[in-house]
Amino acid sequence: MPDSFPPDSVGLVAPQKLHFDTPLTLACGQTLDRYELMVETYGTLNADASNAVLICHALSGHHHAAGYHTEDDRKPGWWDTCIGPGKPIDTNRFFVVSLNNLGGCHGSTGPNAINPESGRPFGPDFPVITVTDWVNSQARLADRLGIQTWAAVVGGSLGGMQALQWSMSYPDRLRHAVVIASTPRLTAQNIAFNEVARKAITSDPEFHGGRFYDHDAIPRRGLMLARMVGHITYLSDASMGEKFGRELRDQAYKFGFDAEFQVESYLRYQGERFSETFDANTYLLMTKALDYFDPAYEHDNQLAKAVAQAQCEFLVLSFSTDWRFTPARSEELVRALIAARRKASYAEIDAPWGHDAFLIPTPRYMDIFTTYMDRVAREVGA
Amino acid sequence: MRADLDIIQEWIKPGSHILDLGCGDGTLLDYLQRERDATGFGLEINPAHITTCMARGVAVIQQDLDKQGLGNFEDQTFDTVLMTQALQAVRRPDLVIEEMLRVGREGIVTFPNFGYWRLRWFLMRRGRMPESETLPYKWYNTPNIHLCTFKDFEALCRRRNIRILNRTVVDGEHRDRWLSRLWPNMLGQIAIYRITRQE
Repeated sequence: MPDSFPPDSVGLVAPQKLHFDTPLTLACGQTLDRYELMVETYGTLNADASNAVLICHALSGHHHAAGYHTEDDRKPGWWDTCIGPGKPIDTNRFFVVSLNNLGGCHGSTGPNAINPESGRPFGPDFPVITVTDWVNSQARLADRLGIQTWAAVVGGSLGGMQALQWSMSYPDRLRHAVVIASTPRLTAQNIAFNEVARKAITSDPEFHGGRFYDHDAIPRRGLMLARMVGHITYLSDASMGEKFGRELRDQAYKFGFDAEFQVESYLRYQGERFSETFDANTYLLMTKALDYFDPAYEHDNQLAKAVAQAQCEFLVLSFSTDWRFTPARSEELVRALIAARRKASYAEIDAPWGHDAFLIPTPRYMDIFTTYMDRVAREVGA
Repeated sequence: MRADLDIIQEWIKPGSHILDLGCGDGTLLDYLQRERDATGFGLEINPAHITTCMARGVAVIQQDLDKQGLGNFEDQTFDTVLMTQALQAVRRPDLVIEEMLRVGREGIVTFPNFGYWRLRWFLMRRGRMPESETLPYKWYNTPNIHLCTFKDFEALCRRRNIRILNRTVVDGEHRDRWLSRLWPNMLGQIAIYRITRQE
């Protein structure tokens, strides 16, 4: 490992693209005849393939969860705070698998990939993907990597939904599900925010009904607005107050409509940066996957019945100031797990950063996460 | 293991589903899981205790009994609901007991006896709120806001139609002494009760 990387980093990593050509039938009824998944792995798979941990990403995430792609990378992977030597998901003990989900825009087959039937990008023809579909594709990935049973499937937010879905779809293929800052279903308010984001994108003239690739266009303004709205829901009132308050960029009011308050220019910057790297159709798909997720729906709206299928142990974590997926949503899941007599532990972590807290290594969070994963590792002899 | 926990584990049938209110570092649940093939959960609010439970593989839920109650547990989910040395510290012990017997078939509670002769003597001689090794607090900073005697507890059980299945009275070191059997409300320091609603 080069000296330039921190000692608790997995260092330089390289993604690989895996090709699958067994047709995958999706919840929407359509079939993907072949697809590709971008995957990164960290650590070493042990002889009996018992030390594998699957990382599931959230709305805007991807396969690059830890380490650096080049010596000059300014930033490591999106969950580098939790994955690495000596970190909660300890790469000295676990073999960590991280992928870009189907429908994504970071190399896995998604709306910006070429549709073999038309020879053009899929665009709006890419099927709507659900959390269950992702889990099914991840199971194929596990087969490919020779992993029968995950030591743990771990995810935050939308990633936590995948961990939960794993426990129900493939009960005998994971020992632990770690569900962080997540929810067993979206509230009307959650869906409403998603709808604003989608509407922002689809009403951008550059969207062209999702065929903007053919027009050499990008619906930047729509994506930017979507991200700005989303970003507000990831932070807390307190953390925004702490970071920006009512601070102005200049000394005095200008009585105009430019970004005068720091928080305005921050949101604009975040939105602009996002619009340059993210695919608008993927954003629509990801928010739809969030909206549709509701495992209780097929079980008379009784979550306890749904999770009764699970065999694994659960760790459920929430954050005190998360108002996107509040602690009450995690407690709803815990309540169902208790009623279904599943083995589950739950903690609400005091953190001021709202939903984003699951990405921030607060001591209490790291303490619990490390302790739990240490037991998982001991259990599988890693 | 603490002597009271040793007495309690004898009352737990193998394979029981247990809820431990204020489970501490999970010692008892850990023992019951290994030795009695028990399953279940501990409720705890102390962060260090929660972490210890997780480390030893005890399912622990962060939950404050006083703030959240047991509303998230369905009726008759557990074979036994335990509460050791916490009854006197909750805001409404009577409601907690009712809730214990709603979510579980049996309850086991332990608490210090405020009728213990040394405490009576302390109050009589000094005219001040009693302090002892078991109750080492001042009146203004004690977590024990609802102290009672064994007689008080048993009167509550009678009023609420709660049946006492077992009672063991022990001294400060949780030893079963013949003296405390002779005159428990005067000579016993800690009681362990097994209660139920069922006939």
